[in-house]
Amino acid sequence: MTPDLMEAGAQRLEAFKARQPNPAGSSGDRGASYGRVARVGEPDFAHGVALYLDEISVSFDGFKALNQLSLTINVGELRCIIGPNGAGKTTMMDCITGKTRPDSGQCFFGSTIDLLRLSETDIAQIGIGRKFQKPTVYEPLTVFQNLELALRADRRVRASLFHRLSGAELDRIGEVLTLIHLQHEAQRTAGLLSHGQKQWLEIGMLLMQDPKLLLLDEPVAGMTDEETERTAELFLSLEGQHSLVVVEHDMHFVDQLTQGRKKVTVLHEGSVLAEGLLSEVQANDKVVEVYLGR
Amino acid sequence: MSSAVLSSPRGVLLGAKGWTAVLAASLVLLVGVPVLNLLVPADSVFHLGDYAVSLLGKILCYAICALAMDLIWGYTGILSLGHGLFFALGGYAMGMYLMRQIGRDGQYRMDLPDFMVFLNWKELPWHWTFSDSFAFQLLMVVAVPGLLAFVFGFFAFRSRIKGVYFSIITQAMTYAAMLLFFRNETGFGGNNGFTDFKRILGMPIATSEMRVFLCVLSAAVLILFFLMARTIVNSKYGRVLQAIRDAESRVMFTGYDPVAYKLSIWTLSAVMCGVAGALYVPQVGIINPGEMSPAASIEIAIWAAVGGRGTLIGPIVGAFFVNGAKSWFTVAFPEFWLFFLGALFIAVTLFLPDGIIGLLKRRKKEGA
Repeated sequence: MTPDLMEAGAQRLEAFKARQPNPAGSSGDRGASYGRVARVGEPDFAHGVALYLDEISVSFDGFKALNQLSLTINVGELRCIIGPNGAGKTTMMDCITGKTRPDSGQCFFGSTIDLLRLSETDIAQIGIGRKFQKPTVYEPLTVFQNLELALRADRRVRASLFHRLSGAELDRIGEVLTLIHLQHEAQRTAGLLSHGQKQWLEIGMLLMQDPKLLLLDEPVAGMTDEETERTAELFLSLEGQHSLVVVEHDMHFVDQLTQGRKKVTVLHEGSVLAEGLLSEVQANDKVVEVYLGR
Repeated sequence: MSSAVLSSPRGVLLGAKGWTAVLAASLVLLVGVPVLNLLVPADSVFHLGDYAVSLLGKILCYAICALAMDLIWGYTGILSLGHGLFFALGGYAMGMYLMRQIGRDGQYRMDLPDFMVFLNWKELPWHWTFSDSFAFQLLMVVAVPGLLAFVFGFFAFRSRIKGVYFSIITQAMTYAAMLLFFRNETGFGGNNGFTDFKRILGMPIATSEMRVFLCVLSAAVLILFFLMARTIVNSKYGRVLQAIRDAESRVMFTGYDPVAYKLSIWTLSAVMCGVAGALYVPQVGIINPGEMSPAASIEIAIWAAVGGRGTLIGPIVGAFFVNGAKSWFTVAFPEFWLFFLGALFIAVTLFLPDGIIGLLKRRKKEGA
């Protein structure tokens, strides 16, 4: 089936629907999945699922980093993932962002995009942003320039060569600068920022991309208590507009984020050990055993 | 949010000081050199000798190479140890034309270039078909290094070959090309290469006027390339290149495809070297596979490192400094030059990681 035929079919369908009287019990404008035309490269979130991992397995030289991992993140959800060292948290992020190819399993973004077929660059462009464990910013560039590079725009060579910032783009950079509390550091070289500020800058760079899904690997490592608190506030304000997956060791931070009502996932030896509220999970015998040793 | 905080320094190609320096350099090189060489009488103290003009022209070509190296090494973080190959290819493309311009004035008084007569060839090989056309060979000066760099870069960057591995492969590439050009069957004059040029565009090549003209042309190309490089590194594209140098994975996860960026700057850098080679050959009057030796390519990297990577002006200063030192040293202490070059590279790596320009900047900061 060629795109032309599909387009023609979609038009016939629209025309047909326009002729039909609205039947009782119809689901409004949103038809069942057959009626909607999936656009290429645009994630489909109509089913409420942002990220779907199914039985992902990865092994490195016989060591199973991920073992039949299944996980679902809903649209707008903020999910914390905890687990001891070596539980496979970073490998999971590598699989989602295309850095590592799993040996088996499925990984979907929305209900139509198969992430295992895309490159890192494509995955970033369709709306998955990733923050590394170690803050990774472009140190010789200024804070402003760091954000400018992350700005959602045409990523091709020629477009970058002749790029001029528009007023709206400048406003957007200003907005994010305020959000990450770096408005007074805009013209400072990023390498001169404190560790916590670099973490924020990297988060700011993610926000500039305007991603649908944010993957944050230990975002508050090395931050002061005050900075941690501000970060929690920032993430909570993003919840709903973006889906967030936060991998974290700091239980206090996880508690701030989940506010006692959000789900937490515990990974252990490459698969999900437990899922539930933080209080439930912390009371779980298996989890206690894993964390405290047998 | 005040707009002052948010205004980025883009759009400003050079500061007032920078433009003054460029203008001064243009004036000295484009006007001063011809006047001092051609108009000032030879017995005056201000007269610039022919030797000085040809040395200057040669170093200007080297400076173009160093500038090209800076774009790929200083700004993108890719160390090429094979840039001498692109330089030589540009030189060979120009050399082919110059060989045809000799006409019947060669040793053997034949239509074919001398080395072909010597090898008992009866007609021009296929790749010499259009070599009597200046325009076609000028196209080759750009196209051959560009195409080779593009194909080589495409496979290397797509396979994510980085760092020292990439450097070693470029080194192997230029070495392999040298072996190929050493062979007589390749049709480029074997280990003797091309020499004994007589004319360019029908005009005699060994006159003072032509020497000065080529020197001025090299200077003009260098200044033009410098302004172009400046525009590039000041654009968003240039900042992506620096971002690739400092955190390539971050660039990928931000949605940029590093392959396209690396490939474009790599190809441009090769083309710049090709142009430098084409300007170099008529000035020195010879091109042979020695220009493709690994040592020649490493020297280009040394010029950039000594002058200061990532500053654009640094590599130009470095090319002048090292080659100036070389022409003095090889006269004063001919057998010690290579030791000095090695010592210079070690000293710069250990004590001046930002080169001469880095040292000057530090001095200025401490003084202020």
